This record gives sequence, C-alpha cells and structure tokens, in this order.
Amino acid sequence: MKTLKTLLAATALTLSLGSAASAKTLVYCSEGSPEGFDPGLYTAGTTFDASSKPVYNRLVEFERGTTNVVPGLAESWEVSEDGLVYTFHLRKGVKFQTTDFFTPTRDFNADDVIFSFDRQGNKENKFFAYAGDVTWGYYNDMSMPSLVKSFEKVDDNTVKMTLTTPNAPMIANLAMDFASIMSKEYADKLLADGTPEKLNQQPLGTGPFTFVGYQQDAVIRYKAFDQYWGGKQPIDDLVFAITQDAAVRLQKLKAGECQVASYPNPADIPALKSDDTLNVLEQPGLNVGYLAYNTTQAPFDKPEVRRALNMAINKQAILEAVYPGIGQIAKNPIPPTMWSYNDAVKDDTYDPDAAKKMLDEAGVKDLKMKVWAMPVARPYNPNARRMAELIQADFAKVGVGVEIVTYDWTQYLKLAGDPKHDGAVLAGWTGDNGDPDNFLAILLGCDGVGSGNKAAWCNKDYDALIKKASTISDQAERAKLYEQAQVIFKDQAPWATVAHSLVSLPMLKSVQNYKMDPLGSHRFDGVDITE
Amino acid sequence: MLAFLIKRIGLLIPTFIGVTLISFFFIRLLPGDPVIALAGERGLSPERYAELMRNFGFDRPLYIQYLQYLWEVMQGNFGRSIATKQPVLREFWALFPATIELSVVAMIFAAGLGIPAGVFAAVKRGSWFDQSIMGAALVGYSMPIFWWGLLLIILFSGILQWTPVSGRISLMYFFPPVTGFMLIDSLLSGQSGAFRSALSHLILPVIVLGTIPLAVIARQTRSAMLEVLSEDYVRTARAKGLASFRVIGIHALRNALIPVVTTIGLQMGVLLAGAILTETIFSWPGIGKWLVDSVFKRDYPVVQGGLLLVAVVIMVVNLIVDLLYGLINPRVRAR
Repeated sequence: MKTLKTLLAATALTLSLGSAASAKTLVYCSEGSPEGFDPGLYTAGTTFDASSKPVYNRLVEFERGTTNVVPGLAESWEVSEDGLVYTFHLRKGVKFQTTDFFTPTRDFNADDVIFSFDRQGNKENKFFAYAGDVTWGYYNDMSMPSLVKSFEKVDDNTVKMTLTTPNAPMIANLAMDFASIMSKEYADKLLADGTPEKLNQQPLGTGPFTFVGYQQDAVIRYKAFDQYWGGKQPIDDLVFAITQDAAVRLQKLKAGECQVASYPNPADIPALKSDDTLNVLEQPGLNVGYLAYNTTQAPFDKPEVRRALNMAINKQAILEAVYPGIGQIAKNPIPPTMWSYNDAVKDDTYDPDAAKKMLDEAGVKDLKMKVWAMPVARPYNPNARRMAELIQADFAKVGVGVEIVTYDWTQYLKLAGDPKHDGAVLAGWTGDNGDPDNFLAILLGCDGVGSGNKAAWCNKDYDALIKKASTISDQAERAKLYEQAQVIFKDQAPWATVAHSLVSLPMLKSVQNYKMDPLGSHRFDGVDITE
Repeated sequence: MLAFLIKRIGLLIPTFIGVTLISFFFIRLLPGDPVIALAGERGLSPERYAELMRNFGFDRPLYIQYLQYLWEVMQGNFGRSIATKQPVLREFWALFPATIELSVVAMIFAAGLGIPAGVFAAVKRGSWFDQSIMGAALVGYSMPIFWWGLLLIILFSGILQWTPVSGRISLMYFFPPVTGFMLIDSLLSGQSGAFRSALSHLILPVIVLGTIPLAVIARQTRSAMLEVLSEDYVRTARAKGLASFRVIGIHALRNALIPVVTTIGLQMGVLLAGAILTETIFSWPGIGKWLVDSVFKRDYPVVQGGLLLVAVVIMVVNLIVDLLYGLINPRVRAR
C-alpha cells in the first residue's frame, strides 16, 4: 500500500500539470497491448478497453453494467413504421477532447457521424485503406455493407440511416465499439498533414478520458476529460499497466502497483476471495461452451442419435473438473442473463442406460467418432482437452469409442468451420452486443454454415423464426420467437450445450462503483477510488 | 585486418538471403493462416475468406510472394502487421531497445560474475569453493525460467518488497523515449530518481535472464582455465617467479578467454531466446513476446520481418565477436 500511496502522490505531481496534489490515479493491470487505437480496425476486447471505451462515444451506448442500449451521442431516435429509416437527433454542445496534438475548433455534429461510418464502407473514402490492407472487421461481420443503404446528414444535428431490410439488432450494433464516433475535423487535419496513420496512434474523441500517451507494450495513460458531456469523471488519471502474465498481475495487485487486475487465473480465485484487502467481483459471462455435432454426417444427421449422446454426457462432472467454481451448466445456446432466455426448456437428463437404449433403437452399433479439443484456453472453456477426455469416458459407457483430435488453433478454427469436418467439435462463443441474434443466428442459422455454424445445422423452422425475429422492433415479440427457437434447438440437439463460465475481476477495496460489463469489457467511467 | 574484415562481411550476404528464405517459408509451413486467425470463432464464409486472401496477396504463388517480399525488404519496407496494421519496422524499433537493454545488462551480469567465478573455481580446483560454484552452475543451468522468475517476484517483490514486480520504470515517471534505452532516457529526462527506478526494475529480469549464461560462462571459463593452467608456458611463468596474480590474470586468462568470448557471442542468441519468457514474466516490452504472439496469429509480415531483423543483429554481433578474436589472438588475424 505504501508503494501505491507514493505512486499516487508522485503521479499526481508529474501528470496533472498543475492540478492539486490530491489527484486520483487509477492503475489498471491489463492483460495485453491494444493493437491500435482506431476501434473500427480491430475485433479484440483488449483493444476496445484501451480505445473505444475510454476515448470515444457512440450514437447509442450500453448502459454501464448491462446490455441495455441507452442514448449516447444521439439524444433520441425514431424508427419509421416499415423499420427501414432511423432518424437520430444528435446531442448538442458535445466537445471533442483537446490534446497536445490537436485542438478542435468546433463541437461534434452530423459530419462526424457520417465520416465514422463512411470510412468503413466506402472505398473512395481517404480513410478506407489508411492502415494498409484493412478489413474493417466488425463493420463487415455485423453485415453493415449489405444492411445499410445510406447514412445521410439532414442538418448539423440530425442523421438519417436507411436500411435495405428491417433489422432489429441494428440499434445494439450501433452501440458496439466499431461504431465509435471519430472527429472528422481531426481526420481532415491528419490527412492534410500527410499523417493519416496517426488516427490509429493518437486517438481523439468525445469520451470520458483524454488519451495522453502510449509506450508500446508497457503503459497507456489517460486523463479525465474535464468538458465531457456526461460530466467529469471522479478519478483524474487512468493508467493501463500492461502485464501479460496473470500470476504477475496478481502480484502487482497485492503489492499495490495497480488497483484493478484483469483476468485472474481460475486457480487463484479462492485465495483472492479470502484476501481482506481485495474485492472480487463476479458475473456470469455472456458466453457458451458447447460440443457441436456435424449434423451433415451419419449418424449425427439423426436428431435421436444426437439427443442420446447428449444424455450420455455427465455435465455436472465436467463442471466440477473444468469450471471449478467458475461456471454453470448450460441448457440453452444463450446464457441465462440474456433477454429471451427460455427457462422453461428442460435440459437433457444424464442417463447412460437410456442413452444406450436410444442408440440401439436408432441402429447405432460400435460407433467410433472424433471429438475435437481446442489447443488453447478460452473464456468459455478453460480446458478443452480435459473436457474432451471426460466426454470420451462418458461416451465409452454407452459403447461409443472416441478419438480426441486437436490442431493448432488457427488450423482448428479453419477446419472446424468447414462443414465437411469429421465428428463433433468443442467450440464456444462470447457475445458481441447482448442481442440474442448475435448467438442464435451466427452460431445456428443457415447463413452461418461454413463459418460460425460449426454443427452445419440448417433447420428451416428454426431459421424462419430467427430471421423473422430480426425484422421486428418490438422486443417482447422478438423474445417470443427466440423462445420458440430455443425449443426447436433443444429438440433437434445440434449441440450438447455444456456450460456458461463466470467472469471474475479482483480489485483493491479502495476502488468504488466499478460495474462489471456483461459483454466482457473493462470500463472506468463512473469509477472512483477512496484513500 | 582489412582483408579479414571484407571476407567476414562477404559471408554475411548468403547468410542474409538464407535467413529471408527460412523466415519466409518457415511461417508458411505452419498450418492455418492470418486471415483465419483474424476471424476467430466467428469464422468466415468461403467467399469472404477468398476476398481477404486476395486483398493481402496471399493467393499468389509463393515464389512471387517471396520475390515481392525480398524486393520490398531491399527498399527497407518490412510491410505492415496484419493484426495491428502498424508498420513492422515501427513496432520493431519501439520494442527492440528494451530487449537489447535487458540482454546487454544480463550479459554484463553473467560475464561479470561468471568469469571470476570460473577462474577461482579453476585455481582452487577440487576445493569446496570449486564444487559449490560448479554445483550452483548446474542448478542455474537447469532452472526453468518461468518458475525462477515467479519465485524471485514472490520473494523479493511480494514478501520482502525490495524490488518492483514488473515493468521498466515506475509509472510515476513519464517522459518520451529518446534512445529507447530506459537507463539512458531516465538520465536524459533529468527527473530525480528516474534512473534509480529504471535500475531497480532491471534487477530481477537481469538475474532471471542472466542465470543460464552465467552458469555456462562459469563452467566454460573453468575448463578453459584448467587447460591453460597445465600448459608449459604457465609453468615457465611460475618458474620465472612471476606473481601468481600476473600468471593467472594475464598469461593464463588471456588465452583462456578465447573460447569464453565465443561462448558469450553464442549466448547472445540464447539470451534473445530466453528473453521471450523473461519479457512475458516481467511485462518487459521487448520483441520476444511480440514475435511469439505473431507466430500464433500467423502474422506473416511480423514473423518474417522480425526474424530477419533479429538475425541481422545476431550476425552483426557475431561479426564483432570475430573481430574481437583478432584483437585477443593475433593468430586469427594472420590466417
């Protein structure tokens, strides 16, 4: 603690440039380096934590600690009756940050909104290829090029977005990091100076914190933006101390070198919880770990075979071995914290005898199959190899021989996405925007076969339900359709749903008002520290 | 000497071409590709996959990609990272000084302790001192770096609170990098205490990274000294009545150092390999971790560019070692 106090006092002196010595500095031990600072270019949470979350805002925002979409830079919006035209009324008097590298001369307006999206979809835009062979990951992944017909400026404070087809998840998409609003004035200046790449190195936005500096792979510094439209933050300085190893992050936290540390090792969590100086926040992650059968391959093309195999898996044993104290059994493809979760769905009961009988009835004898295990720990599955071994033992009890196969991670992703792969693959997903469509369509829709849909499962009834749900704007109505879709999913059993993991975040007790983000990001707006 | 120099430098050209070939094809031999790695769990439709491969130019025949790469490298263009979209050279120069600083200080530590320890062990051959030094060297050589690093952190940073846990300098110091070497930059910054902070952050990583080279150098020095000490000229020097210090320190050590200098040169390569783990444990912003991550992401431009740049540095170090031989041992020069 002594170290921390010295550090806080000294940081205040060196950083706050003349402000009172009582400046509050929050040091966050983050798990990795941001790839860059333009959130449109990337898809990693670590990058968003360091760019879009502190520096930028979006038209709409996720309310802190929830997946509810609330007004951001757009104060309000209307959707036309046919669901095709969205009119956004922009907040007035919003300032861009003033930094060492740029002083804005005007407030935020419609030009900034148009620029922020145009550069991601319009090849003619000077910033479309400013960072080399750019893929604009999420803009494409969320199908923006095919969904959005146009963004138009109505006046300085009004923007009209026209869609090609009604799409209810669109509002949630606009709260995502890729939809961060950049300053067009700053971008134009960079272009005029011949240094467009600085847009990705020296970010400038309307968000709660102003970027101060980044030392690659070591430290990122921000200070609270005193003219932030949402009010100045309770802390004065925010520092990311990049610390890749989880055990070292823990040591730094204990030594008071940081107040919040990301992603603790699951094995360390019991000890962290018993430490008097720490709080450990926990929340069910917006994720799912599952086993996807290749439903195009015999005998997994028969739902009764898949159901029988699901009944042979002892999920409780897997939970205890692979997710000790950090998970819950999954029965649906979406996590229980997500709206439209169908709690009435009954999970498969663990019954090896019944499973064996069902397999016999389906004419399955001496089945030999492959189960694929990921070579890396993922948030939704900390130990796929162990999980595969347990499934192997379970299947052996019903007379099914399992060969566990694994590949290097990139190869695994490639082969598992190919509908011609052999057997069943362990896979998983962490949600992007809190919308059920982000799970149910990407992972199980017919359009996802060959990419996100690892089961290569294409069920017409299911697909019709989720497609229809995506075009309706009334959430209660959508929820009903998604609940029905989950019933079909359970009956058809393209996957064995295994578990949803818990996410933990340890911090010193002096950290106040931190709210865990169900989408997995780390946000420090609204956070305070006490002496 | 000039002819020797030209010959040595001439040898670098085929080595350079060889490294470009190996670094280019090695990463492409691994299964998977950067586009798949970029997409992650979401996956890509076959059309989008093909489009991205075409955008990056990975759909062209390998030899054309290689020639293109070689051409770009000749012009000093190492390309852009696929993951971060930043120029490879920019990332390399931002990180490389940290690795060099750590490696050089670790080597000074290893040689500074290893050579005297080896000399004493040889002189006192068979004594308890010799045996404990050689025993410690064996333990040091066998120490898993990751475990050793964490052990030191828990003891010195956690329990005793003598040293900082990780990083290059305390977060309270904030100045723009001038040389990239923290020890120098902290002095240039003029901020009092900055240099001390930078030095204290070096202690544990230097011990961890220097342990294996220290063990190797101590053992190598000992055996080289033993060999030299039994030579006739050493006996002659002693018979002449020269002081023991002069015999050992000047007559024997100078000759014994030749294989030791070779070892030190080779250990620089080992240090760069060890730096990968050390940098990870101590959150040291160097190129080790950067290269490993880029292998996992199949970030071709970073792997091939980074490896090539590192190889060039090692080649230059080896050249310097060769030239140093010439200074220590005139026979090498004459050949």
